[in-house]
Amino acid sequence: MGGKSGIVTNEVGVKRFDLQKLLTAASLVLLLVFFMTYGYFARGLDIASFSVNILESAYYIGFLAIGVTFIIITGGIDLSLGTVMMCGALVGGTAFNTWHLPMVVSLILILVTTTLFGLLNGFLVARLKLPPFIATLGTMMIAQGFGATIANVQTQRFPTMADEGGWFKQVFLRTQDGVPVGIIWFLVLFVIAFFLLNKTRFGKYTFAIGSNAEAARLSGINTQRWLFLIYMVSGIFIGFAGILYAATFTTVIPMGGAGLELQGIAAVVIGGTSLSGGSGSLSGTIIGVFIMATLKVGLMAVGIPQQLQTLLIGVVVVLAVMMDIYRQNSANRIKS
Amino acid sequence: MESVVSMRKIQKRFPGVHALDDAQIEVYQGQVHGLIGENGAGKSTLMKVLAGIYEKDDGSVVVKGQSVSYKTPTDALSDGVCMIHQELNLLPHLTVADNIYIGREPKKGIFLDKKKTVADARAVLESLNLDIDPEEQLSRLSVAKQQMVEIAKALTYDADILIMDEPTAALTDSEIEDLFRFINDLKAKNVAIVYISHRLEELKKITDVVTVMRDGQYIDTVKTSETELSQIISMMVGRTIYVEPKAHSMVAPDAPVVMRVEDLESPDVHGVGFDLYRGEILGLAGLMGAGRTETARLIFGADPKTGGQIYINGSEARINSPMDAVGCGIGYLSEDRKTFGLAVGLSVADNTVMASLENYMRGIVVDEGKIADAASDMVDKIGIKTPSLRQLVRNLSGGNQQKVVVAKWLVRNCDILIFDEPTRGIDVGAKSEIYKLMSQLISEGKSIIMISSEMPELLRMSDRIVVMNEGFKTGEVKIEEATQESIMHYATTRIH
Repeated sequence: MGGKSGIVTNEVGVKRFDLQKLLTAASLVLLLVFFMTYGYFARGLDIASFSVNILESAYYIGFLAIGVTFIIITGGIDLSLGTVMMCGALVGGTAFNTWHLPMVVSLILILVTTTLFGLLNGFLVARLKLPPFIATLGTMMIAQGFGATIANVQTQRFPTMADEGGWFKQVFLRTQDGVPVGIIWFLVLFVIAFFLLNKTRFGKYTFAIGSNAEAARLSGINTQRWLFLIYMVSGIFIGFAGILYAATFTTVIPMGGAGLELQGIAAVVIGGTSLSGGSGSLSGTIIGVFIMATLKVGLMAVGIPQQLQTLLIGVVVVLAVMMDIYRQNSANRIKS
Repeated sequence: MESVVSMRKIQKRFPGVHALDDAQIEVYQGQVHGLIGENGAGKSTLMKVLAGIYEKDDGSVVVKGQSVSYKTPTDALSDGVCMIHQELNLLPHLTVADNIYIGREPKKGIFLDKKKTVADARAVLESLNLDIDPEEQLSRLSVAKQQMVEIAKALTYDADILIMDEPTAALTDSEIEDLFRFINDLKAKNVAIVYISHRLEELKKITDVVTVMRDGQYIDTVKTSETELSQIISMMVGRTIYVEPKAHSMVAPDAPVVMRVEDLESPDVHGVGFDLYRGEILGLAGLMGAGRTETARLIFGADPKTGGQIYINGSEARINSPMDAVGCGIGYLSEDRKTFGLAVGLSVADNTVMASLENYMRGIVVDEGKIADAASDMVDKIGIKTPSLRQLVRNLSGGNQQKVVVAKWLVRNCDILIFDEPTRGIDVGAKSEIYKLMSQLISEGKSIIMISSEMPELLRMSDRIVVMNEGFKTGEVKIEEATQESIMHYATTRIH
């Protein structure tokens, strides 16, 4: 490849990338406007509570998506997101309800549980070198079974706002006056993740491993250790997702959570992070998360039946993956 | 006697390479025709043109009196031309008989006729005096036997022009004997055989005539029985060297040994050892498969070694991973920079500091300003042509990509650099810049091990040359005494 032509195609590549992010953000705005106007005029939708609903269903998918963004940038995947989150929530609920531990300890146990599963994934992928798809498929089922076992297959009910221990909802979700404080946590964790990915060695190595793991290893980087850490950090974010899930939905059902991982992964892919690793962004992921959340809440608000909601979200996921493949192909064409 | 294959004035260009330039060969029935040359001489390319794998740009190919221009290997096969590749095209989990008749299985109605398949295969194998059970699973056979099965398969297509590309590369000595006996049987059946190899002793043993190629050109065809090996070697390397070789070593007489390698062992490397002096360029010469890259990767800790020691500045260094090697001040520039050297999807700046990011931190924050300073220093110092530091490495030319890898190790302050084929795939102008850069590094007191398959490059750059063949160190020559012939002699010497 000649240097000159390479530069030209790169400019095209950069433009394409920015354009795509713009389009994604624009389609989010379009969706919001559509649901709000249609909902308001046709069905008398309460815009304020509609917005809060979107926020609240964005929290837990958002934390899942932020965590898995790191993993996907390394070229890996985590299929255990959903069930690990549920497992954490079940452990927390059981700790509170059955073991009568204080709420704060129960919440910490949620984080500990998901972090341990992150460590397990890291061990399987980084140390034992199992393919991430297979390793996390295993963890997905292990977490599901483990959570149900701990909970003794009982649905775990977290306290309502007025009950003892219900303070955690006011801290993590919204105050008694309805102020959505969850957004603060969301922003804080997003900023931390953004800092990690863009300002630290951790983030640089995340991209390096995804771009060319062998070149990174041959540069003297301990790729095993960093990969291990990346899966662990993702586990911590899943823990926060678990806390927000418990705060939002109150009841946690054993053996649930499968399928949520795909919503998280879909959000990441919609946001422009490539499933083949090496490139991606958290700002894109956040846009993707809100597209997923808007679709979920919006379709419900305008009265689309549950089964059609699922179908439509499925279509969006397929479109997102097609876009990723198209993007890969055009990037490859630029390379050659 | 009329030749069965006559290729004349064959031209073939690939992007950036003139692979065949007036190449020619005449092959006769019942003859084993050796085809020899250095790496990249165009032997395999010429034969791939004959076998329909590549299309020629120009020239004439005449097979059995007919002018031909095959588009696919199937076209070639229908004329009886078949190429047996180094990597066999067989299905290891099927039986020998199934492999021979795959794609044209004898049938009885809609069912496979297993009995006939086995019986036909047995007849073929027996006619070739091969002691192979047609019902045996292929993967249970030795590599040599598998090769014979592939040849037997070719013969069932009535192939009578066989091309064998480095057939003995993976064989043991006794297997080679088997193969040669078989080749002699084929010869007696009037099959024409082209035998590509760079093992000179084998050519001497099995071939009737030898054609020598160099840099894509036909040099000469000689009768094997009337030719000395040394004559063949000088034909292989006898190019005019446009650049004067180094007259004498530039290493100071009292220069200390910076690295000593002793008895390096692995499945591909056998007891290799040498010293590297401060300020020296040590050339590592050899033909393909000589074990040079493998040796470099062992030194760098990229692959596990089963034995041997490495001493850095006199004290033993325990190198078990690239991390350890980098810690000892060793940098490795791989021959395949896109796979092993660079993250091409990242920027010039990110690649430059990839091996030393820990030195560019302010607390836990990556200091982008300091990285930009270091990267732009390197861009100036070694002349990396890039529109900006944020440019993705993917978009740089080959020579500039190579310089980014060099920058990565210079920023890390490595004193020992291993350049593995540093100028492969980069153009002439960029080559001389890489040479200049290497000389500059030497003058700064760094030491370099340079693996190269290009004889002129070795002679021009090295102060001393270690030659390897088949995993062994076969020779070591001072630059003052080095000639193309002496290096090629060692590169084809067999120890074991």
